[in-house]
Amino acid sequence: MSPAVAILLVGGAVAASCALLGTFLVLRRLALLGDAISHSVLPGIAIAFLLTGTRNTLPMLAGAGALGVLTVFLVEALGRSRRVREDASIGLVFPALFSIGVILVSRFAYHVDLDLDCVLYGEIAYAPWDLLTLGGRELGPRALWVSGGILLANLVLVIALYKELKLGTFDPGLAAALGFSPVLVHYVLMSAVSVTVVGSFESVGAILVVAMLVVPPAAASLLTERLSRMLVLAVLLGLASTAGGYGVARLLDCSIAGAMAAVAGLLFLIAFLFSPSQGLVARLLRRRRLRARLAGQLLMLHLRESGAPRPRADLERRFGWDPATLDRVLRRLRAEGLVAAENGGLRLTAGGGLALREAGLDQVAHRD
Amino acid sequence: MNPDATAGALPADGAEPAVEIHDLTVTYRTKPVLWDLDASLPAGHLVAIVGPNGAGKSTLLKAALGLVPRNTGWVKIFGRPYEKQRRLVGYVPQRESVDWDFPTSALDVVTMGLYGGLGWLRRPGRRERATAAACLEKVGMADFAGRQISQLSGGQQQRVFLARALAQDARLYFMDEPFAGVDATTERAILELLQTLRAEGRTVVAVHHDLQTVAGYFDHVVLLNMRLVAAGPVATTFTDENLQRTYGGRLTVLSQAAEALTRQKPFARDRAS
Amino acid sequence: MSLALRNVLLGASLLGMLGGVLGSFALLRRQSLLSDSVAHASLPGVVLAFVLTGSKDPLALLLGALAAGVAGALFILLVTRQSRIREDSAFGIVLSVFFGVGIVLLTWVQRSPGGNQTGLDRFLFGQAATLMASDLRLMALFGVPALLLVFLLFKEFKLLSFDRGFAASLGRPVRALEMLLTALLVLVVVLGLQTVGIILMVATLVAPAAAARQWTDDLALMVPLAGLIGGVSGAVGALASHVLPQMPTGPAIVLVATAAFVLSLLAAPRRGLVGELLRRRGVSLRIRRENLLKDLYSEGEAAGGGRVAVPLARLLARRDMPRRCLRRALRSLTGAGLVERTPLGLRLSPAGEVAAAGVVRKHRLWETYLSRFLELDGDHVHRDAEDMEHVLGDDEVAALEERLGHPTVDPHGEPIPPRGAP
Repeated sequence: MSPAVAILLVGGAVAASCALLGTFLVLRRLALLGDAISHSVLPGIAIAFLLTGTRNTLPMLAGAGALGVLTVFLVEALGRSRRVREDASIGLVFPALFSIGVILVSRFAYHVDLDLDCVLYGEIAYAPWDLLTLGGRELGPRALWVSGGILLANLVLVIALYKELKLGTFDPGLAAALGFSPVLVHYVLMSAVSVTVVGSFESVGAILVVAMLVVPPAAASLLTERLSRMLVLAVLLGLASTAGGYGVARLLDCSIAGAMAAVAGLLFLIAFLFSPSQGLVARLLRRRRLRARLAGQLLMLHLRESGAPRPRADLERRFGWDPATLDRVLRRLRAEGLVAAENGGLRLTAGGGLALREAGLDQVAHRD
Repeated sequence: MNPDATAGALPADGAEPAVEIHDLTVTYRTKPVLWDLDASLPAGHLVAIVGPNGAGKSTLLKAALGLVPRNTGWVKIFGRPYEKQRRLVGYVPQRESVDWDFPTSALDVVTMGLYGGLGWLRRPGRRERATAAACLEKVGMADFAGRQISQLSGGQQQRVFLARALAQDARLYFMDEPFAGVDATTERAILELLQTLRAEGRTVVAVHHDLQTVAGYFDHVVLLNMRLVAAGPVATTFTDENLQRTYGGRLTVLSQAAEALTRQKPFARDRAS
Repeated sequence: MSLALRNVLLGASLLGMLGGVLGSFALLRRQSLLSDSVAHASLPGVVLAFVLTGSKDPLALLLGALAAGVAGALFILLVTRQSRIREDSAFGIVLSVFFGVGIVLLTWVQRSPGGNQTGLDRFLFGQAATLMASDLRLMALFGVPALLLVFLLFKEFKLLSFDRGFAASLGRPVRALEMLLTALLVLVVVLGLQTVGIILMVATLVAPAAAARQWTDDLALMVPLAGLIGGVSGAVGALASHVLPQMPTGPAIVLVATAAFVLSLLAAPRRGLVGELLRRRGVSLRIRRENLLKDLYSEGEAAGGGRVAVPLARLLARRDMPRRCLRRALRSLTGAGLVERTPLGLRLSPAGEVAAAGVVRKHRLWETYLSRFLELDGDHVHRDAEDMEHVLGDDEVAALEERLGHPTVDPHGEPIPPRGAP
């Protein structure tokens, strides 16, 4: 397996896992809890190292999962005490846990072969050469096995709990009433996030895992309303970020993980601007159309009440719009056959009257 | 300006109207909220703004105060634009618009009503606090001056809001649902307060949610459903016909279900027999 | 004291103070996590400043960080206002993407994939130990005016944070004020990066403010208190990291501040959790005591009047109370001289009889009131009275009696002990 392929596969698996879970985080407004977990798992990893004395993946994942659950529990407990706001609870719990982790690593750095830098920003570039050996046989990059396994587990989770996750996301009250135990599902989701986060440390590092958790799903949320499509789109965008990021990193000779985050951001920006339904451009166009339509309706109403055709100068005086705007509105109305010129003025056509009725404006009296 | 008696009529004595609204259109995102509104609200009266949910009642207040942008039209307060008349206007926002867990006392909130006269750098001193205390007294909340606002009941919070408005000593008050969610005693107290304000020649324009009490509490009403349906004295304007035009055509889920049920009844009868 | 230590102490204290003050407003305006986003977003600004000026001049880096932080904040605003992306997602997007771009820039500049990370560590974790006088000067130069602004505009910021609509109706330029407050927040974040680092910056803004909130309900006290807690946490953390081996400064400061918060959460007089727990237990104990007094009294009534000795088992059978709680309540009663232990069981003392009669009075008066005015039947009034007897105060009881016309018998036919009985 060539290094490039290994990197792309590992990165892709990580991105896909994060996209799957991240979609639910984004929809449940838990994006920052994901970010918090990505930092607060550090003491769990450190403790796992200290206890087992090895860099084995499994104890690390277990430690991370435990810390993830602890984080969620503490944040919720603080919120429930009603003494602290929910967002502040997050900002209290994860820095404290992270600090404990940093101190543990600093204190026991000699006993723990844990590279803090690597944990934080990962180094996927080294992944192809860190091979997994089992029973004397080389089985390919370790990171690939780990991230692949996690992806599989996440796929199973999302498919198995799809109904519960979906209902719990959009209608927690109903979910509880139907016995779906949204609390349990919530903790399962957050545990999965913890495990995925740690599993991704080696490739993209803790800090950039947040990018993969939040950005592609957020972009996907601007492109579709359906949950199933959102999940698929998020995964696709995540994979695109991986591939694109790798390409950029090769080109510029820079951090692969950083490039992946940057490309994800670029894709989000594109969706934000150009999404056909939700994009900024589409919104601005819609707003302009609406303003034009409103202006047209006001004008038509006025003409209807007047009876006789009104000269243009009258209209200009009455509405106080600048001449260019008035011209534009009139031009559009005439082009659509809603207003016609007559006797040196403008009047409403039958088509115009119909349009007003269809807009539900027929019983409104427009006053002068 | 406008001869039509059912639309915003000029007060008979020809005094300057408190609020004049002309051609007001307000949209939120892409939806129109207020549409082509014309109304004239007389001074020295208690005016209720009434209409179904989403009819733009709060928006009307906010547009008058310049808190939301207007698409077209203008609003004049005592003949001049709002920016020039701030000193004459008091505002009581909806109670939910505020975070009541904020670390501040009832007296403190009322003192905020005096900030308008203080400018940027001056701090409220003894005189301001005394004025604030007097206003709390007027709403019957003098004993709660030092209480933190999260410890107050809904009715008490509403009274604090009103005390703040009193501190503004305005000629015209805009109030957003002042009677919503308050206990009976507070409701009575608020009503008395409004009547006192009117007796002093001030004007109150209030968004009101309870149709039952409109005629009893207010003397003027504006019926709103995105567009103006009718405006004028309660006696002539608050009629069944106008109410139907305001609320009719907006079937709630409940009435839709009731209608469906009525349609089904014959079948049920058949089955039973 | 060495120069380095002095610098660290001063820097950490100043930062802590700034964090407490600005963090108070951020907390109340629900912008606590904005500081986290802005902290991460500042990285590309720092790198670009370094690239453009070719030096590590602190002012240049500060301005670069500031520019990037402000850009991040503006982008968050844009995204949340112009799309349906929620605030927390916007925070996460800016946080990770800007940071990613920063890392790209950094590694690109250093022309190696893994990157020479030592420069980066400084901003990630802070390197307070290397704070120089020039850094301190910069902090003071920007920090002191920030504090001054907050002091001068305190009431405006307070009004804005509490009731934006009202502030706007008064003619205050709310948008501008909001941006100013946010800009000050960004400034503090950027000033603190060297001391606690990007990741932990958020704690210096949240913990002191959250701690201060527990102690007071007055913003004018909360803000200075938060500043004080922040400043002290900074100093103590800096000292701790100096004294203890291999203790990094940033985490030390954060842990001290968090400990301050936990302490406040537990021990604060009114809001403190410990206080609440004790209060609740106190109330439970009082209720159990009163119930026991009542039980002993009715045993006496059943026996024809007077004080009778009641065995423990009987008391247990009467009431569905855990044995442990019952015994604790009894101990409290005997300790107060209201109940006596006799060989035949427990008995009211003379004082106890008076106290018990008082409780029974309240109970039966309430029952009378309910049955007369609400026309409820016997079973319902009893249950309600079981609760109300512990709640009614003396004034209320007197008023009740007045209202009812001094009744002598309750709806069940049992006598109502007059005041001061037996």
